[in-house]
Amino acid sequence: MKILVLVKQTPDTETKIRISANNMGIETDGVKFIANPYDDFAIEEALKIKEKGQAQEVVLLCLGDEKAREPLIKGLAMGADRAILVENAQLTQVDSLGVAKVLAAVVKAEGAGLVLSGKQAIDDDNMHIGPMVGELLNWPHINVVTKIEINGQTARVEREVEGGQVEIYETGLPCVLGAHKSLNTPRYTALQGIMKAKKKPFEVKKVADYGLDAATLVKGQKTILSGFMPPPEKPAGKVFKGDDVENLVEQVVKLLRDEAKVI
Amino acid sequence: MKVLVFIEQRDRKIKSSALEALTLGAKLAGSPKDCAALVVGHQLDDSVVGKLKGYGSDTTYVVDQPELKLYNTVLYAAALEQAIKTFGADLVIGLASPMGRDLLPRLAARLDGAIVSDVTALEGGGGKIQATKPMYAGKVLAKVTLLENAKQFVTIRPNVFKAESLGTGSSTVTKLDIKLPATSLKSVEVRKGANEKVDLTEASRIVSGGRSLASAENFKILNELADVIGATVGASRAAVDSGYAPHDMQVGQTGKTVNPNLYIACGISGSIQHMAGMRTSKVIVAINTDPEAPIFKIATYGIVADLFKAVPLFTTKLKKLLEK
Repeated sequence: MKILVLVKQTPDTETKIRISANNMGIETDGVKFIANPYDDFAIEEALKIKEKGQAQEVVLLCLGDEKAREPLIKGLAMGADRAILVENAQLTQVDSLGVAKVLAAVVKAEGAGLVLSGKQAIDDDNMHIGPMVGELLNWPHINVVTKIEINGQTARVEREVEGGQVEIYETGLPCVLGAHKSLNTPRYTALQGIMKAKKKPFEVKKVADYGLDAATLVKGQKTILSGFMPPPEKPAGKVFKGDDVENLVEQVVKLLRDEAKVI
Repeated sequence: MKVLVFIEQRDRKIKSSALEALTLGAKLAGSPKDCAALVVGHQLDDSVVGKLKGYGSDTTYVVDQPELKLYNTVLYAAALEQAIKTFGADLVIGLASPMGRDLLPRLAARLDGAIVSDVTALEGGGGKIQATKPMYAGKVLAKVTLLENAKQFVTIRPNVFKAESLGTGSSTVTKLDIKLPATSLKSVEVRKGANEKVDLTEASRIVSGGRSLASAENFKILNELADVIGATVGASRAAVDSGYAPHDMQVGQTGKTVNPNLYIACGISGSIQHMAGMRTSKVIVAINTDPEAPIFKIATYGIVADLFKAVPLFTTKLKKLLEK
């Protein structure tokens, strides 16, 4: 079985996000790009499945640009066998369904038996890709996954939902599974691993290589980004200091009732 | 415009936020005849669907089959697809909940539709819709236009839109019989969590702890405060990574994005990724020994003090106040 892991490059979580001058994106100068944090759990899980002898190859797939190279190399250093970077130069503003169409086409062309992804990307926070790729391939998908056990042609999968509840599924393969944080602990990548990873196969492709036309994808999109704005500023609050902690707490409790009216 | 609202239930209980979605749907539809609700599950009698009365829709579609007792993406998608087609819906509204965020993107892909998830504001109607949604965990708000040449889907963030009984709409139940598709996906069971409290993403009050708690046992003082005010307990990434709290309690960019009326941050300094997950809380109380902690910049009320002193005082004083 071949496992395809969907990877997206995203700004590091500690990045101070600045909106670009045209309001249509964010400033990327000086921003450190990493693999979407949830994708690390997907890569780790794919490697574990391979190590158990349940898969022969782990392939990383990303629709992106040069910023994705470093995160993909890091994934190769973790142990993935090869990487495919599909150039998104003409698709930077395409909506999530357009992205899912490209990814599904590559999954088909590669003949993957399992697709793993992060549960969501931490930039657009959409959580669309797993369900959409599953639908486009007519495979089941399970997202926000915290446990995977593969048994031959089926898998037992746990998915976290609200209130700490866990939905338990059995599904046939192939399917699409979206990794949550508690799925595993991604392995550490040593420097020599990165040197070695640079020698692994790294293919740069175009959407046309998968029978798709960038212009048609752009024309076919159903949502359009109209612009970014900063979240509303919070008015300055009141900070209480002093040795008499009881008195400080007393004041805040009073404000919670009389001013903020939340108690 | 015809609006179909996916009403979420678990264990035959309709989610309170589903009424927020229905209120919004009724307003956008403009007339009860153009607004329909859909409930999918098993044993959905009037004690379940009766709660929708008066919220502005004339039709309640019910898909009731034993196989639908537990959520199953593939089977629920078939039910939703059938309801969209039967009603001729232009817009489908669901919740930005684990179920809604799983189901609606799948349908949007099936029908080549437009979808925006985790919406916090919505303008327009009768065609083009503009939705506002947080991105980068709320560090940025994006305005996204849903084109009118496609079926439109939105999932709305709980606790943002108001649920309001309009006193209109007959909520007439229409049963939909559906031939369920063959699928290899089987829903086996739902394991209940140790934490039976309201989920962080839906909680109206949250008490949250950081690394300064110093141990899992010390979260007890947060639990005591939370019990007094009916809050759910959360944690920072630092506390989770230190093993003081499980990951499902984590608030922040790689945890949960929360939106309560009251957020009490105890011993949390306020990293960018933490504040991204809670900055839209209506009132923020911060307790921290470091007067320079970034959390004080977004706090409505800050107290520079040791949380081990201040939190028990909060518990006692709020308990007294609420008992009055």
